[in-house]
Amino acid sequence: MIHFVILISRQGKVRLTKWYSPYTQKERQKVIRELSGLILTRGPKLCNFVEWRGLKVVYKRYASLYFCMSIDPEDNELECLEIIHHFVEILDRYFGNVCELDLIFNFHKAYYILDEVLLAGELQETSKKSVARVIAAQDTMVENAKEQANSLTNIIAQATK
Amino acid sequence: MSLSGMRGLSVFISDIRNCQNKEQERLRVDKELANIRTSFKNEKGLSVYKKKKYVWKMLYIYMLGYDVDFGHMETVALISASKYAEKQVGYIVTSCLLNENHDFLRLAINTVRNDIIGRNETYQCLALTLVGNIGGKDFSESLAPDVQKLLLSSSCRPIVRKKAALCLLRLFRKNPDVVNVDGWSDRMSQLLDERELGVLTAVMSLLVALVANNPDGYWNCVPKCVRILERLTRSQDIPQEYTYYGIPSPWLQVKTMRALQYFPTIEDPNTRRALFEVLHRILMGTDVVKNVNKNNAAHAVLFEALSLVMHLDAEKEMMSQCVAILGKFIAVREPNIRYLGLENMTRMLLVTDVQESIKRYQAQIITSLKDPDISIRRRALDLLYGMCDVTNAKDIVEELLQYLTTADFGIREELALKAAILAEKFAPDLLWYVDVILQLIDKAGDFISDDIWYRVVQFVTNNDDLQAYGALKARDYLSKPAVHETMVKVGGYLLGEYSHLLARTPGCSSKEIFAIIHEKFPTVSISTKALLLSSYIKILMHSQPPDPELQEQIWRVFQRFEGNIDAEIQQRAVEYFALSRKGPAMIDIMAEMPKFPERQSALLKKTEDAEADAAELSATRLRVQQQTSNAMVVVSQPFSDGPIHVGPLTRSSSSPQEMNGDLALTVTTMGQGQQSTPQPLAPATGDLLGDLLAIEAPPPASVSSSLLSSEPSSLEGLGDSSALALLDNAPSVQPIGSIKDWFSALCVKDSGVLYEDPYIQIGLKAEWRAHQGRVTLFLGNKHVGALTSVRAIILPPAHLRMQLSTVPDTIPPRAQVQCPLEIINLQASRDLAVLDFSYSHGSAPVNINLRLPVVLNKFLQGTPLAPADFVSQWRALTGPPLKLQEVVRGVKPLPILEMSALFNSMHILVAPGLDPNVNNIVAGAIFASEARKTLCLIRVETDPSDRTQLRLTVASPDAVVSLELKEYIKEQLLDVSTPTPQFVPASTGLTGPAAALAGLL
Repeated sequence: MIHFVILISRQGKVRLTKWYSPYTQKERQKVIRELSGLILTRGPKLCNFVEWRGLKVVYKRYASLYFCMSIDPEDNELECLEIIHHFVEILDRYFGNVCELDLIFNFHKAYYILDEVLLAGELQETSKKSVARVIAAQDTMVENAKEQANSLTNIIAQATK
Repeated sequence: MSLSGMRGLSVFISDIRNCQNKEQERLRVDKELANIRTSFKNEKGLSVYKKKKYVWKMLYIYMLGYDVDFGHMETVALISASKYAEKQVGYIVTSCLLNENHDFLRLAINTVRNDIIGRNETYQCLALTLVGNIGGKDFSESLAPDVQKLLLSSSCRPIVRKKAALCLLRLFRKNPDVVNVDGWSDRMSQLLDERELGVLTAVMSLLVALVANNPDGYWNCVPKCVRILERLTRSQDIPQEYTYYGIPSPWLQVKTMRALQYFPTIEDPNTRRALFEVLHRILMGTDVVKNVNKNNAAHAVLFEALSLVMHLDAEKEMMSQCVAILGKFIAVREPNIRYLGLENMTRMLLVTDVQESIKRYQAQIITSLKDPDISIRRRALDLLYGMCDVTNAKDIVEELLQYLTTADFGIREELALKAAILAEKFAPDLLWYVDVILQLIDKAGDFISDDIWYRVVQFVTNNDDLQAYGALKARDYLSKPAVHETMVKVGGYLLGEYSHLLARTPGCSSKEIFAIIHEKFPTVSISTKALLLSSYIKILMHSQPPDPELQEQIWRVFQRFEGNIDAEIQQRAVEYFALSRKGPAMIDIMAEMPKFPERQSALLKKTEDAEADAAELSATRLRVQQQTSNAMVVVSQPFSDGPIHVGPLTRSSSSPQEMNGDLALTVTTMGQGQQSTPQPLAPATGDLLGDLLAIEAPPPASVSSSLLSSEPSSLEGLGDSSALALLDNAPSVQPIGSIKDWFSALCVKDSGVLYEDPYIQIGLKAEWRAHQGRVTLFLGNKHVGALTSVRAIILPPAHLRMQLSTVPDTIPPRAQVQCPLEIINLQASRDLAVLDFSYSHGSAPVNINLRLPVVLNKFLQGTPLAPADFVSQWRALTGPPLKLQEVVRGVKPLPILEMSALFNSMHILVAPGLDPNVNNIVAGAIFASEARKTLCLIRVETDPSDRTQLRLTVASPDAVVSLELKEYIKEQLLDVSTPTPQFVPASTGLTGPAAALAGLL
């Protein structure tokens, strides 16, 4: 099972975190601190796994951003590595050539997408198309609601003119 | 694509990004939080847009690591909004902001349930996602049946069902009873017929969790899993969107093979054949390709297949195929594959018959020990450790030793421990074992636990032909200029016991041996010094013919430590000196130690325990445990049938018969006459030598008085070093200021200086909560040199339970250490605790006794009094012993206001105006002890014409409290600046050091 997902920049700035096991805020900060110390210092030609506190952390660097997921020691590391890539591909499709800035300013979007890819610390959907469809549907619903609200305010505004 | 523009959020994020430093960021965050807080508080009808914006900001702030301790209510409330846009934000922010242990989640259970059982599919998805991500026990109790219904429903769309499957998995993890439903395993089996791969993947995850817990009952799922694997590997009916770089859902393949590994075996021949066909195809058909992702995905499947093959105990041919594949992997350039190759080879070791073929790769594995990647080095170390046996132990351990000198810090400890264990487990001969351990101590002394050197001593003691060798080796190592303290310990011990065996070797006369050891003496810690003193007496007693010059040298050492601040050192010095003066008659006492009863190595025990802890349900893990328990021990000693203590060489009287046989071998048997009662295992304190030499510390008086009748008085009470310390003369170092003033100030304050001299400042900070207190002592070294032999002993009075954390032996120059002291008040009393503190700077020891300001009023808490309450309470308490009255004369004159202030500073809250007479004070406080809280009422009537006298009345439902409080207040009033708390606790009914103290004075 995946215990947490952390996206950190090369400078150690947190870009996204999601916790599937109960960690308190204090523990979360400790995890992030220790892992950034461990992972950001690793050279480029090393393997994508680090062993940490009885767990394994699978990470991969995309441009300036590190995607880290922690799994149990007996879990399949390469499987998790490709979950990361699967997630990145979906982000890429959604944002169109995703970059760190997209994720910074649309971290809420990233959360929506992550919730369609992982659930309960397990992979939820392996089809990129299916995820894209769900996210698009959500967006439409939010848009519709906004338009409705706008037209409603217009009506009220006109009525009370 | 529609990125929802939320301007306020974007602006805030930009602001944060533009912050130059952490401080600026914090300020910006604080400002934003204050803003959100006021908005939530003041604006009733907050617009939807603002609400959404604010909770997103809160989440962003929380993500950055700041505490967000409000707004949870507002966030949770969004869940019950009627509009999708609000609901969505509410659900997602709640699931990030809270975890399963938050009480706020309970508020949401009803709404969540309504969404789950409602008809709206999108709401169902939102609710299932929340529960799946953070659902706890409460959720699992109230929602499991509804979630199951969704999973099984034929009318739900796949998106809902796959979420329901994973949500159920979460609930199952929190409470395995959720699947205790009749026919659930049949349902699972039906679910595996699902054609939609998204749902099937989720269902397979659920199945993995279920069978990992207990595979019984799910046997009917096995053939279905095999069929799914066949479908995937043959690419039958796999929609394009479920292939990943051309591979049919590698994740589902991995999960399915994982599920199969939890079934102990697969019996049905047809299923088994079909499965092996699939596995064979995977093993043979996986090639290295250029595309990284495709390569990774294919190898994820391959490694899972390897695990499954290992689990199924395939025929030998297939196993050696696996080993060959892994052997290829550990030599490739791609680091991930190298890592996994090593890891899986380690798992492979559990399969019988393949160990030999793995050994062929030993050279390659040793190379990996020098890999640039620490993750890979760790795997290599683990593998070498696992594959080590009698045939290759020498090579592997020597390789590890060599690597130890260059290994980086992160791995040294593990390396040293593993080398030590292997050396013990597989030593071809004991000389080699002793060599290895001594080398280990030499190279990585910091990482050698006491267990390891105890073990060496045990082996050497139990094997006569090792003794001279061990002593010689110890001499060689100790002759080196810089030696680790552990080496001094083991070397000192061995030379003490066995150096006389070397007497004819050049350079090994008793005098030379003593000189070698004694050179290390000044730099070692107290416990080692104590050990060395024992070695000295043994060397002295064993030197034949007696060497007067050596005797003179050693006596001088003993004499020097006769007055040492450390009780253990002092006792040893005094007793050894007296013993050695008795001459050769005492030689038997200092004879060599008897052999140790054979027992399991504490080291091996420890590793076994660790593995038992890490017990996993995985079938592979279970086998690991079965295999490691056959740890062998090399010594060919007969197994003693006495009780086998598993502990680091604790030399307590393990079997009485044996002890009787060796009469006069140890000091214990000499002095005490109680050798036939088996004593409990010596506690695992730092008193190593006490254990090794079997000199049981208590009761020391009986030992000394029977042996040294000439001077019994000086040794009485030796065990109680604290009592002796109090007798010390005034310290030569003078405090800067008045100890008394500092103390008085701290009686009414909670932080300040307790003591200060040119070398040290002892500050104090206290926190009090009812009957509990936590005092932190700040020991600050003001000096340019280190303060050594720092000791702090608390002598608590009977009514306080006090526990001081460990005080470091040394305080580095200009450094401050903090020592928390936990206090629990049991009863009212004016007795005081004493801190017996000592240290030395350079060579001069300083000892100070300080009263600790843990006074009665610290456990008081001022309480406001309503007039009616006061009067009724006051009347209810009539006369002594509950209500005590006394006219106090000779009071330091104080205006009434100042007197009120004095009471308030003692945590006794004055209730102004409650007594109509302005010259009177009425006050109240609650006194807290561990057993109860007592309300105390105080009334002071002053005489405006003569301020030196007053009438004090104290009332409480507890006679002791009334008396103690009255006396305490009286003391305070008599002389405000110099309270006279009693230094020596009242002598009756006291036990422990305080009683000894009272007796001495």
